Amino acid sequence: MTNALTFAALADPTRREVFERLARGPLAVGDLAQGMPVSRPAVSQHLKVLKEAGLVTDRPDGTRRVYQIDPQGLGQIRAWLDRFWDVALDAFKAEVERAAKESTDKEKGQP
Amino acid sequence: MSQTITPAAIRKTLTLRATPEKAFEVFTSGIGGWWPKTHYIGDSPLVTAVIEPGVGGRWYGVHENGTQSEWGDVLAWEPPSRIVLAWRITGEWGYDPKLLTEVEANFTAAGDGETRVDFEHRGLERFGDSEAAIRTRAMMDGGWGLILDSFKTVVGG
Repeated sequence: MTNALTFAALADPTRREVFERLARGPLAVGDLAQGMPVSRPAVSQHLKVLKEAGLVTDRPDGTRRVYQIDPQGLGQIRAWLDRFWDVALDAFKAEVERAAKESTDKEKGQP
Repeated sequence: MSQTITPAAIRKTLTLRATPEKAFEVFTSGIGGWWPKTHYIGDSPLVTAVIEPGVGGRWYGVHENGTQSEWGDVLAWEPPSRIVLAWRITGEWGYDPKLLTEVEANFTAAGDGETRVDFEHRGLERFGDSEAAIRTRAMMDGGWGLILDSFKTVVGG
């Protein structure tokens, strides 16, 4: 599964380095930031973008948060389906209300 | 390294100006009227979508070249209040009869002739179990090789 959101999330070289470090194994923010030329808050910001793109997930480990890549790309499938169902259910609502109005108009003898 | 990710179910709630009976009817027999025709599997454009009534009924697409594409089947059929469909389309956009993710819609009268729809698509973690997904991962060298390769192609790196 590749999509525009994924590519946009990896377009920044620092963010891509964060992602590639995680591809080698799960890491906490502090460990990730070590040896990188950017601050820890900056690393956190990159992680936030990667998480929103469904590329990484996080879990608590004591007082730390450990980040890892989503090995199956399930986050991307979920994000895709979430958007798809928004579109489909909007169309469903419009169609139901059109059909309901048509039935009501017919009962009232209107065109 | 074995890792398991469990994505949360997708949940949506909407309110319709229609009765539950009308909502159920349009959701099922009227699916051809609202399913986005931009979304289909296979090579031939989609003409319409069909949900056959009753448990075990087929859920499929009908294409311009006359073929049909299986999407899933009806698991629960309780007009006008509830329907559960098996969505068996994999993350690689193919039909896999062994994949089971569930799409459920509940229709509840909300007064004033309105209906509340509680919608859920669950079991998303099973997308990772399909044979196609396992094959793809095996090819992808740890899961991400292919994505990174295509990324390099896209950015010309």
